[in-house]
Amino acid sequence: MNKLILGRYFPGDSWIHRLDPRAKLVAAIYFIFVLFLANNWQTYVFLWLFTTAVILLSNISIRTYLRGVRPLIWLILFTVFLQVLFTAGGEIYVDLGPITISKFGLINGFYIFCRFIMIIFISTVVTLTTKPIDLTDGMNALLRPLRKLKVPVDELSLMLSISLRFIPNLLDETQKVMDAQRARGTEFGEGSLVKQMKTLVPIFLPLFVSSLNRAEDMANVMEVRGYQSDVKRSTFRQLSWQQKDTISLLVMAMLTVALLVLRSNGFGH
Amino acid sequence: MMSTTVVEVENLSFRYDKRLKENILSNISMTVDQGEWLAVIGPNGSGKSTLAQLLVGLIEADSGKIRIKNTVMDDTSKWKVRRHIGIVFQNPENQFIGTTVQDDVAFSLENLNMPYDEMKFRVDQALDLVGMSSLRHHDPSQLSGGQKQRVAIAGILALKPSILVLDEALVMLDPKSRRELLTVLQNLKRKENISILSITHDMNEAALADRIILLESGKVKNCGTSEQLFVAEPDLEPPFPELLRRELLKRNRNIPNEYMTEEEMVNWLCKSRLTV
Repeated sequence: MNKLILGRYFPGDSWIHRLDPRAKLVAAIYFIFVLFLANNWQTYVFLWLFTTAVILLSNISIRTYLRGVRPLIWLILFTVFLQVLFTAGGEIYVDLGPITISKFGLINGFYIFCRFIMIIFISTVVTLTTKPIDLTDGMNALLRPLRKLKVPVDELSLMLSISLRFIPNLLDETQKVMDAQRARGTEFGEGSLVKQMKTLVPIFLPLFVSSLNRAEDMANVMEVRGYQSDVKRSTFRQLSWQQKDTISLLVMAMLTVALLVLRSNGFGH
Repeated sequence: MMSTTVVEVENLSFRYDKRLKENILSNISMTVDQGEWLAVIGPNGSGKSTLAQLLVGLIEADSGKIRIKNTVMDDTSKWKVRRHIGIVFQNPENQFIGTTVQDDVAFSLENLNMPYDEMKFRVDQALDLVGMSSLRHHDPSQLSGGQKQRVAIAGILALKPSILVLDEALVMLDPKSRRELLTVLQNLKRKENISILSITHDMNEAALADRIILLESGKVKNCGTSEQLFVAEPDLEPPFPELLRRELLKRNRNIPNEYMTEEEMVNWLCKSRLTV
């Protein structure tokens, strides 16, 4: 569980930590789109400089980010591999009928690899520097227009925030149940796959029961404390948009301009 | 001093399984005055918790009436009534809705669509009352069970209620947290004049109440001050000072043959110069 970096929060007080979650979310999503503007080595170098700067600003060691890439590395390499094999053009190094390794293929593969890594790095920056609850609030704020389309945005974000709050409890409980089963002689992670699956049943059953009980308790508490889903609620957690948030979006705009200037123009050549 | 009645229960009956004839609660009548501490005791299955759920409108009575602050509890009025009555349940873990202490206290205020400034003021006030102001930014995993229960109480206090119902709220706490929470409750009663209705198995806790109601198989078996009740019900395990008094009496010590509170017992012990 400790190995999963994506989705974890690292407490801190860096410039990026203090940004408004809305600004971070918008900037990160925008970054993914802006990546597609890059089409030559100058633009990629520039994007790498930008990504490195953001990582440095987050004040979290690069090793943490690399660990975030690890679970996805095979998927990335597989995609890159396909790209290399099936892109033609330029000097050909290996020729096996329909499969060729060409200069363009290698370059394209490398670009795609960079794109993947940068997307992971930037989205990891967001999740590492923003509390899950702030992310929820940020998403709630950004999705607010959807309320007009009768999407239950507030309910969804309340659900999300309650689920987030119970993750540590569930992990604790899983540990307790596993310990209890171990004390009764269950051995986890041994035997055939079927046998291993079978040992999981006596874990999930008690967890399921206790989660249902918990949910019932919670529902009672929420009702008594006056929660009605169809009534307008105010929010105690306030997001405040500050100058630095505007600056961060301006930086994104400048990044776009720089990329537009640096990219090789496909037209007319 | 004139006391006003804040809770009035009239001939309340309830059963979970409507096919059965036997009631969980039958013909319960009782009142709670403003600023009164009322304990409800009784064996398991005597209907104590059912009574609590009826009082906050989580379930609906089959017959009888509940009046809270002169409003009759029904399906439409219950949302209003809940501004006057709050409940703390047994498991501290399952009552924490917010992600931090202050978020959780604000939850009931958010539900009223209260403006931010007033919420902030009320949250501060409520946290102060239960002595949790310094931990306002903590998340639930950093809190002890007793602290979580205090936050749950603060969440109710933020609504400025008249009645606080405790449904075995102290059961899952360690002795120290339990004592601390009891002190908090006593202060609330004294300073804020809040009525407390505590459902409990702990006779020492019950002995702190102004009045005790003993439930047995869904009926009020007895009701009175702890003095009246523990003398009238010899089968009931009495609170510690009374237990001690009975033991001393058995050993022919010259102790007055009447109920004693903890303070009276301490005073008597100091004066008596007991020799072994």
